[in-house]
Amino acid sequence: MAGIIETKDLDLWYGEKQALHSINIEIPDHQVTALIGPSGCGKSTFLKTLNRMNDLVEGVRIEGLVSYNGIDIFAPGTDVTWLRRQIGMVFQKANPFPMSIYDNVAYGPRTHGIKNKGELDGIVEQALKDAAIWDEVKDRLKSSALGMSGGQQQRLCIARALAVKPDILLLDESTSALDPISTSKIEDLIGELKKEYTVIMVTHNMQQAVRISDKTAFFLLGEMVEFGGTDQIFSAPKNKKTEDYISGRFG
Amino acid sequence: MRNAYNEQLRMLHQNMTEMGAQCETAVSLAVQAVTLGSEELANRVFEVDAGIDKMERDIESLCLKLLLKQQPVASDLRDISSALKMISDLERIGDQASDIAEMCRYSNGAEDKTAADLREMAQESVKMVNESIDAFVRRDLVMAREVIAYDDVVDRWFERIKTDLIAAISTDNTRGEYYLDLLMVAKYLERIGDHATNIAEWVEYSILGKRSKDGVFPDEEQN
Repeated sequence: MAGIIETKDLDLWYGEKQALHSINIEIPDHQVTALIGPSGCGKSTFLKTLNRMNDLVEGVRIEGLVSYNGIDIFAPGTDVTWLRRQIGMVFQKANPFPMSIYDNVAYGPRTHGIKNKGELDGIVEQALKDAAIWDEVKDRLKSSALGMSGGQQQRLCIARALAVKPDILLLDESTSALDPISTSKIEDLIGELKKEYTVIMVTHNMQQAVRISDKTAFFLLGEMVEFGGTDQIFSAPKNKKTEDYISGRFG
Repeated sequence: MRNAYNEQLRMLHQNMTEMGAQCETAVSLAVQAVTLGSEELANRVFEVDAGIDKMERDIESLCLKLLLKQQPVASDLRDISSALKMISDLERIGDQASDIAEMCRYSNGAEDKTAADLREMAQESVKMVNESIDAFVRRDLVMAREVIAYDDVVDRWFERIKTDLIAAISTDNTRGEYYLDLLMVAKYLERIGDHATNIAEWVEYSILGKRSKDGVFPDEEQN
């Protein structure tokens, strides 16, 4: 089975410094793939490459191929706005816009030209339900998103990402700033989301990768050392570096 | 890094070695007790077996503590989960030593060819137990596989002793009960070999992440 995301000999430099070395991976559709590795190993850089968020970094240079559903995302004809609509992203720190809960979620669809109130209401409700936060906010959709708890804000950001109906959701340490209950809610949510979406997540929490991912990729010093089924990686890794990292011998 | 963790893993290995050694003692003493008809030796077996039971509980609680506190992965996870399985086999070996020792009350300690054979067979079973635990602590795959193969030797001993006892009963039917007891001792020793084989298979798992009898990981074929 070909992956929904495939990279071939992907190299990336920030100025003189090479951050990714020849990454070759096929990320499967409708599964949760976890990217793990010590700080500075390139996992977040890799994640941000997938929807071209790195384009915004000055001095970045990319070689090799990244394809989404067989489409070269760096080809001159590829529309970056379209790409980011297909591949949404949620960051480490919740970043709700300073507007109402409803407007946060409706922001994306409105940008894409949806004006009809009934249609927007439907999209907002569905996105909030998919993000498992509808019951908590349905009576205060008009109140400011900034008044929500951290865990709620993060789920709101997931709802905002889902509202434009992406294909893939990128999560960059999206639960690292949350308490265990909020984390658990988001982990449950990720389990649900993979029925309809492909999830690729960066996490520093090894147990989280074990709990919720199907596949795990281990990055070290800009290289992808090992990629495989999460059960295999955490019970019988093939590479000694993987073994040493996940069992806390370095990192 | 991992100082306390490594210390606890070292302790686990040390306790496993000790439990294995106690099992060897129990089996050797039990066969002596039954072939010599010594109740005193049998009582020592029961004491050693009680110690083995306690070690099982102690090692089990150490493993659970490690699982809870260290959330082990990779070879650590395999080590600890294998140890948890292995102590059940060791505990059964202790029980079987007691079962053998109990029969000394019925045996009259008559010295004959089968008694000598049983002592030799016991040495082979004990060797399997010893090497299976050694293979675990040293992470020695070759040794583990030798133990698995050696089970055939112990099985052949059982067959030989059985054949001899059938012949013995047919020539002297006044000692049928004694001969049946000896047959049971041989069966227990054969089972002890099976437990040592189980232990060696867990050693194989702890080193490789799979046991040769299980084939490959379910998701290994896809990758």
